[in-house]
Amino acid sequence: MTPPIAELSGVTVAYRERLVLRGVDLAIAPGERVALVGPNGAGKSTLLRVLAGLVVPRDGSVTLGGDPVAGLGRAAIARRLAAVPGQAALPFATRVEEVVALGRLPHEDPFRGPRPADRAAVDAAIERVGIGSLRGRDARELSLGERQLVLIALAVAQAAPLLVLDEPTVHLDLRHQVAVMELLADVNRRDGVAVLAVLHDLALAAHFFPRLALLDGGRIVADGPPAHVLAPERIRATFGVDPAIFAGSAAFAAPAGLAVPGGVRAVPSELTAGPGGR
Amino acid sequence: MSIGARSLALARARVGRPARAPSAGVLALIGLGVLACVIVAAVAVGSVAVAPGDTVGILLRAIGLPIGRSWSPAAETIVLELRLPRVLTAIMVGGGLAVAGAAFQGLLRNPLADPYVLGTASGAALGAAIAVLIPFRAVFLDLGLLHVLSFAGALLSVAVVYRLGRGGGPFAPLTGLLLTGYAVGSLLAAGLAMTMFLAGSNLRQIFAFLLGGLEGASWLRLAFAAPLIAGGSLAIVARARVLNGLLLGEEAAAHLGVDVRRERAVLLALASLVTAAAVAVAGLVGFIGLVAPHLVRLVVGPDARRVLPLAAILGAILLVLADLGARLLGEIPVGVVTAVVGAPFFLALLRGTRSAYEL
Repeated sequence: MTPPIAELSGVTVAYRERLVLRGVDLAIAPGERVALVGPNGAGKSTLLRVLAGLVVPRDGSVTLGGDPVAGLGRAAIARRLAAVPGQAALPFATRVEEVVALGRLPHEDPFRGPRPADRAAVDAAIERVGIGSLRGRDARELSLGERQLVLIALAVAQAAPLLVLDEPTVHLDLRHQVAVMELLADVNRRDGVAVLAVLHDLALAAHFFPRLALLDGGRIVADGPPAHVLAPERIRATFGVDPAIFAGSAAFAAPAGLAVPGGVRAVPSELTAGPGGR
Repeated sequence: MSIGARSLALARARVGRPARAPSAGVLALIGLGVLACVIVAAVAVGSVAVAPGDTVGILLRAIGLPIGRSWSPAAETIVLELRLPRVLTAIMVGGGLAVAGAAFQGLLRNPLADPYVLGTASGAALGAAIAVLIPFRAVFLDLGLLHVLSFAGALLSVAVVYRLGRGGGPFAPLTGLLLTGYAVGSLLAAGLAMTMFLAGSNLRQIFAFLLGGLEGASWLRLAFAAPLIAGGSLAIVARARVLNGLLLGEEAAAHLGVDVRRERAVLLALASLVTAAAVAVAGLVGFIGLVAPHLVRLVVGPDARRVLPLAAILGAILLVLADLGARLLGEIPVGVVTAVVGAPFFLALLRGTRSAYEL
């Protein structure tokens, strides 16, 4: 088996006295696609930050591409792990392609600025994400869905072997949620980029990700295919809700082989039709 | 207008940039050409006019070109000893304030930031006012107590603001710093008001500092300020990519390979140093540091690698022109000129750009 592209072993993180992660083990293989799910406050975002070296664990080890994160500089980390930024207010008018070009920052020479290879990577990322029609527009004017695609293009331009996202579908309408998911699956399959995404929507996670890791109370309580991870008794134990509530939407998860208790609702056609990213 | 209202209006302003703007290099060359013309004009014009041809000749001879002297020694003295240091000081101060302003705007991610936003202005003002009150006039290298204390006051107040306002983790936005700057500034303003109350007949001198002015420029004072301003500005320009990374926020910058905590502290220190040196020799010249970076962004966009050098050139041009205007109007404070021209211009900028999606 190939060595993992990113690995946490025995990672414990505490903010002051509060333990946020307790002995987390997680390994991601090159080209893998993993969704990190779990209730609010389970430690999902913290796990991503630990992986990127932004939070130093109290205990345990973190490696990226086989090297300990603690020994890597920020730019070196940025060449191994591209994080899709959260939606942030831009202080100045900024064109879509200028936002995407920020993804080349870790590759640029500090004094020479962007080279032709950097410009080519930006063009390729814009093409890849399918946002060519947004070129020239002020990124502050875009809809949330369009902006999410632009931010993903930024991370794609960063050309790291691991793409990390923290709730990429939050606040998006259904069409854009699916567009983002399909884009991630496509980038993963065609370009071989590993994807690790924190998701709240279990149905989306089950439908689009072959592997789920369920985090609860700072521990990985289940890790594997959706059908295994999202078993009804585990949903009840982790989220404290009647699994039947989830079961309705979990019908989407059918392709991944999830057994749905309590009946199956019709799958909205726009989800199965697969509109694809614009 | 309240800070909040200004902030909202500016955040809404959408900037319609020309689709095919000339490249930054071409703009820089044009800017330097304009700056050269402005220098000659500013050196030639004054209470004693020196012919433009003679002015160019004197300047070229001064930098070592073999040109026969065809002008009076008086003209040479006026140009080289009185006007040239003043114009060069204006270039340094204007360029430095523009770079510092652009740096503060990028660091604080706030389009309304200017070089004075973190208490530099009030600290420098209080220092200068105290210097005016002290009868003892220490002079070292042509630097009076006023220059030294305003320089120290500016740096000291930023240091205090930074110590008090930091916090909330390495990736917390610098909003706390802004608010602390406002609070500390208000406190220092109270001290300034008290000092001015006590100043009596020296009040005019304090006002001259508060309004900014270049009439005190000299070669020795320039020799003190120029290395600090030029060195600090160059070091800021070398960190342009940090400011680019910060466009999307502190955490995004960290993910893009920027050591946010360290670079932010370094940039704050550099921008404050540049501001303090500028303020020490020219007093509180307003609007240049706010307007010049925005004007440049209108044309070339937010990329700090282009914005910083072009803003420096534009800030230099603007302050040389403003000082020329101030001299022609009978030595009125240059800060009055920059405010009278800058404020309406800024308003026009806000109104001309149509409001758009609000973030």
